[in-house]
Amino acid sequence: MDLVVNGTEHSVELDPRTTLLDALRDHLGLTGAKKGCDHGQCGACTVLLDGRRVNSCLILTVTLSESEITTIEGVDHPVQEKFLEHDGFQCGYCTPGQICSAVGMLDEAAKGWPSAVGDPELTDAEIRERMSGNLCRCGAYPNMVPAIREAAGR
Amino acid sequence: MTATTERAVGQPIGRIEGPDKVRGAARYAAEFQVGDDLAYAWVVQSPVARGTLRTVVVDPLVEPDDVLAVLWHGNAPRLGPADDPELAVLQSDRISYRGQAVALVVARTLEAARRAAASLQLEIDEEPHDCLLRVDHPSAYEPEKVNPGFPASSALGDVDAALAGAPVTVDVTYSTPALHNSPMEPHATTALWVNDDLVLYDSNQHPPGVAAAVGALFDLPADRVHVITEHVGGGFGSKGTARPNAVLAAMAAKVTGRPVRLALPRQALFSMVGHRTPTIQRVRLGASADGRLTAIDHKAWGQSSRLFEFAEQTAVTTRHMYAAPNRRTGHRLVRLDMPTPRWMRAPGEAPGMVALECAMDELAVALEIDPIELRVRNEPAVEPESGVPFSSRHYLECLRRGAERFGWHDRDSRPRQRREGDWWIGTGVAGATYPAMVQPSTARASRLPSGDYEVSIAATDLGTGARTILTQIAADALEVPVAQVRVRIGDSTLPMASVAGGSSGSASWGWAVTGACRALRSSSASSATFDSSELVAQQEKDGKHAFGAHFAEVRVDAVTGEVRVTRLFGMYAAGRILNPRTARSQFRGGMIMGMGMALHEESVLDPAMGAWVNHDFAEYHIPAHADLESVEAEWLDEQDDQLNPMGSKGIGEIGIVGSPAAILNAVWHATGVRIRDLPARLDKILPYL
Repeated sequence: MDLVVNGTEHSVELDPRTTLLDALRDHLGLTGAKKGCDHGQCGACTVLLDGRRVNSCLILTVTLSESEITTIEGVDHPVQEKFLEHDGFQCGYCTPGQICSAVGMLDEAAKGWPSAVGDPELTDAEIRERMSGNLCRCGAYPNMVPAIREAAGR
Repeated sequence: MTATTERAVGQPIGRIEGPDKVRGAARYAAEFQVGDDLAYAWVVQSPVARGTLRTVVVDPLVEPDDVLAVLWHGNAPRLGPADDPELAVLQSDRISYRGQAVALVVARTLEAARRAAASLQLEIDEEPHDCLLRVDHPSAYEPEKVNPGFPASSALGDVDAALAGAPVTVDVTYSTPALHNSPMEPHATTALWVNDDLVLYDSNQHPPGVAAAVGALFDLPADRVHVITEHVGGGFGSKGTARPNAVLAAMAAKVTGRPVRLALPRQALFSMVGHRTPTIQRVRLGASADGRLTAIDHKAWGQSSRLFEFAEQTAVTTRHMYAAPNRRTGHRLVRLDMPTPRWMRAPGEAPGMVALECAMDELAVALEIDPIELRVRNEPAVEPESGVPFSSRHYLECLRRGAERFGWHDRDSRPRQRREGDWWIGTGVAGATYPAMVQPSTARASRLPSGDYEVSIAATDLGTGARTILTQIAADALEVPVAQVRVRIGDSTLPMASVAGGSSGSASWGWAVTGACRALRSSSASSATFDSSELVAQQEKDGKHAFGAHFAEVRVDAVTGEVRVTRLFGMYAAGRILNPRTARSQFRGGMIMGMGMALHEESVLDPAMGAWVNHDFAEYHIPAHADLESVEAEWLDEQDDQLNPMGSKGIGEIGIVGSPAAILNAVWHATGVRIRDLPARLDKILPYL
């Protein structure tokens, strides 16, 4: 099948059971998206699918012939620079997922999508709530929040 | 120092590998391209806790085109003797715990390997199992030593008489559940044989140790096993030694003649790679009416597996925290049909200080003394049991300065006094400590043709900042800017480094790096090597510890019992801080894991199944973004010239020592509910609100 990733069309031959995460990592050599749990519980595999953040471990690749996929390798966003500035990571394994998730989240917030917190502005509480699908065992959260806040221009 | 060179150590330099990490370019063990014929392995784990695996039946119709091998003890290659019986994989028909690796499927694709693994029929003679730790377990015994070589018991004076005569006593039992390290990167290995040598891309905290351990199993000297560990997605102790994945991948590569990748699924991390033992701890304190301890008694029960004795040093920290003329510590161990425990961030200290520091809080309440003042009154002049002077101890300064920063002084010591809307609010304090250890290591420094320098050591960076800090240390020792130093780590063929564990990495590796760089600077040779073994061996080991104080403010929902940590603050005295930027992250990361320990984390045992049932991130809750509010760390400038050339103490673990106790003490202060069985789940609090 053909797959459009980071603006490039790839022709791949895949077992139909292959998840998007495994297709990226094992077939396209795009190992930026990480496998932390393979069950949609940790967010390390987050990529952007037609601009929206998704857990790539929960998606079968064969469903994606009409989609545009953006992985961390294709992301060029102020969030990355802010993560460096604020030391928003330690081991780095959750980082690509956190960054892709933040990029998707900022777009959702800008469009006015609601969250459980319900603040009209993108407060720190909003950022924490909206980013809670992305786990970090090193506990770099307190550095990620200001990074994301500043990337949002606040 | 030359006038033109600013010291690099102490500067908040950004992580050297940072740009790679934010662009997805940093490579971890399962991400190396090793050829078109890469095969994938899937591990099959025992569904029973105890028994004998008679045979494995393979359905030849499942994935017939793609399965390359099905390995189990009936056909797996024989391995050499293993120091760690957990590494003798597929060698015996005995099943020692539920989740133990009993077979391995190797296939051309991951999907085929996984399906074939699910289809295997395991014929097992199951036996009754025993998985529950309890203090009255008939087979509880006193181990000879506890990790990493301490006597299992210690005693000074007459504890029983002192307790009997003490006007105020506390006699409490605390229990902590099994906990799982849960690094974000599951343990993974990509293995290939090149001629008759073994190459392992492996996620671990000690490449030379992995090379030696795996080499011994395949009858290879360590220098014929090349372990590459460029980046590690966290370990927290669980990657301190070779784990079964490395052996299984090497075995599968040998049998199939292909490179093989084995990335453990998340669920397997809850049995195959280690955990923090559950503990039951009885602490008895006796004090005079003015708050001076007359007796300390700390006895801890833990568990290990049938495979070997792993005896965690739960009560050892109590030997050096507070002064008391009569004192006793002891350990009991029960061997169960469970996986072998391992190190998890501050093994011993983290659970041990929950019991001691909560008991101290209970004593302060009984004495009607401020908990900080109680600690001030029991500050020892020298290490209480060894009699060795502390190389530096600024515990009271951490408590006092921390109290000022946190705003402790106007605290009403009575519980259940502050209510805002539906929330009960309270604050708590607890001490922190961690030994300042150092281990022998070797480093090499070389001049490059470009005029820059290369420094090599087989260390690893698990997210600690080691790569960056070693660069800073090397730059200062060479008296050049950091831009002129390239540090190579993460490869077992580099000069021998000690394990990234025990908060000893920077001290141990930094010592070797300093030695090599100084030697190079004072010679005209193109490279110099330095081995710190002799200097480390000459050093006094006792009396060297980092100290700190943790403060917590919590609010507890009066309707639901939910606990929120509104403020968590740590003040540390940990020698010279080498890089304030990465240090602050490490301190806070430890505190956040401590918050998980206090409130959320718990591997729930089903004694009937003989397994922890919540074996994934949906059910084993580690702290998430939304769990945090304010988490801050600061430190004192501490000078200690008895440690190592940098004057540093380790900082990777102290953040999880005492932070859970500070939170639990704050929960008591908010609600009057004393939680002695961790974690402080809402269902334990709610009945008393």
